[in-house]
Amino acid sequence: MKKLAKQVIFYSALLGVWALLAKLRIWPPYLFPPPWGVGHSLWDGFADHSFWIGIAVTMKRMLIGYSLSVVLGMILGLAVSSNKFLEETLGGLLVSLQSLPSICWIPLAVLWFGLTEKAILFVVLMGSLLSVTIAMDDGRKQMPKIYGMAGRNLGASGFRLFWSVLLPASLPFIVNGMKQGWAFAWRSLIQAEMIFLSLGLGQLLMMGRDLSDMNQVMAVMILIIILGYLVDGLIFRTMERRLQAKYGLTPA
Amino acid sequence: MSTSPQNAYPAAVPTGTRAGVRANVFRGKPASSVTTFPGRPIAEVVVPKVALDAISLSYKTTSGERLLALDNISLEVKPGEFLCIVGPSGCGKSTLLHLIAGLQPQTSGKVLVDGTPVSGPGTDRILIFQELGLFPWLTVGGNVEFGMKMKNVPKALREEKVQYYLRLVHLLKFRDSYIHQLSGGMRQRVALARALATEPDVLLMDEPFGALDAQTRDLLHDELERIWAETGRTIIFVTHNVREAVRLGDRVVLLTFRPGRVKEEFSVNLPRPRHMEQTGVARMAGDILDCLRDEINKSLEEEYADEKAR
Repeated sequence: MKKLAKQVIFYSALLGVWALLAKLRIWPPYLFPPPWGVGHSLWDGFADHSFWIGIAVTMKRMLIGYSLSVVLGMILGLAVSSNKFLEETLGGLLVSLQSLPSICWIPLAVLWFGLTEKAILFVVLMGSLLSVTIAMDDGRKQMPKIYGMAGRNLGASGFRLFWSVLLPASLPFIVNGMKQGWAFAWRSLIQAEMIFLSLGLGQLLMMGRDLSDMNQVMAVMILIIILGYLVDGLIFRTMERRLQAKYGLTPA
Repeated sequence: MSTSPQNAYPAAVPTGTRAGVRANVFRGKPASSVTTFPGRPIAEVVVPKVALDAISLSYKTTSGERLLALDNISLEVKPGEFLCIVGPSGCGKSTLLHLIAGLQPQTSGKVLVDGTPVSGPGTDRILIFQELGLFPWLTVGGNVEFGMKMKNVPKALREEKVQYYLRLVHLLKFRDSYIHQLSGGMRQRVALARALATEPDVLLMDEPFGALDAQTRDLLHDELERIWAETGRTIIFVTHNVREAVRLGDRVVLLTFRPGRVKEEFSVNLPRPRHMEQTGVARMAGDILDCLRDEINKSLEEEYADEKAR
């Protein structure tokens, strides 16, 4: 609870400084939106449902694109980690591809799929696929060898060895990869939506820009931060913490 | 390899006379040990439980040389026997257990269980690893149950056996705990229960008590001896601690340093239950240690030579 008190004080102070700077009118409001303006914009956005729709559209894309990338990434990661030839060839390519921001795929995606939902999903997929793949591969490699040996020793083999031993043994690595994948997918999606007019939070932000309404731009930015934090901070971190406690990876 | 004069025990048998070993193992076992451990079957059995037939293992080092790790090892272990293997670090004693467990193939020779050659792991031989390898994502009960699950033992029977074996190692209360919540000695006992629960004929133990404090270790020695007597399992126990080997074993086999060869075998005819501090145990351990000293020196020399070369 002490931590909560500190956070409340910190955010109040932040808001106070922001309000003070806006009140002093050092910069005109269209360059430096005041907190009440942003608050108003948030209220309006939710009142006329445009923010609700934006959030729904963005989250739906996120869920589809991300789920796809997790499934494909796991399959790809398993393939790479269990085949030496694939590891030496495809493995290197995957690592080098990860240095490419997925937004670079936009021109090709639009060419291949047109200005459709598919093009956006493709960009999201490319954003998180590689980090999930690489984490899966790493997980299989870094997992202590002893678990596999102990499993075989106790009579597990084939799929059961994979399902009851290798998979749970690499679970902490996999969850980490999924978390990273989520962060990449989230950034990619918002970027793609900003370029690509098709509802969603990214478009709402660009709409604010086109109307020179910095209040709306800030409001959407805050929404993106809150949503990102909710998923990453609450879902993934809780999952990670529980896993670590169970596996004894941190002093409980 | 000749018998050194200080091995003046009734059944200290030099290698090379394998028939002699077989004849001598159980000879002259004091009657007291039978009365103390009524569950121990001392039967006249011809087919050894585990037989190593001229096992050799070599592998390529990173620099490309072939290194001979185990050289022509032949051994026979009787059903219900408690065999201890001692040797300096780097003599390949852990590797030997991995071969018997079928987790790693040997370069030449055969491992026979009940006269049948083994290829690959089997639940008739369970290895307790030095690092234990308990599964952190399962509870104590889940770990003990694991091997039975893989053998498709029905749930009701699994339940019963988990209870039985956890009670045997005095851990029934900790059934729902996770591994990281247990102390080192308790983890050892979970590993023992997990291995026993698959009801293997042969229990392979790789320096299981090496990392424990002396008190815990002594306690576990007593428990292991009791469980061995109660369950009648064959145990092959690897350790670098000679006194531990004498404390526990019916027979102690000495391996040489790199390549690992059988240097000497000793039958331990001291009455059970034994204790680490017993004079008989200490005296015999001292004699075995004398025999082992050359090998330890060789292993140390090699380590220092490596250091100088660096």
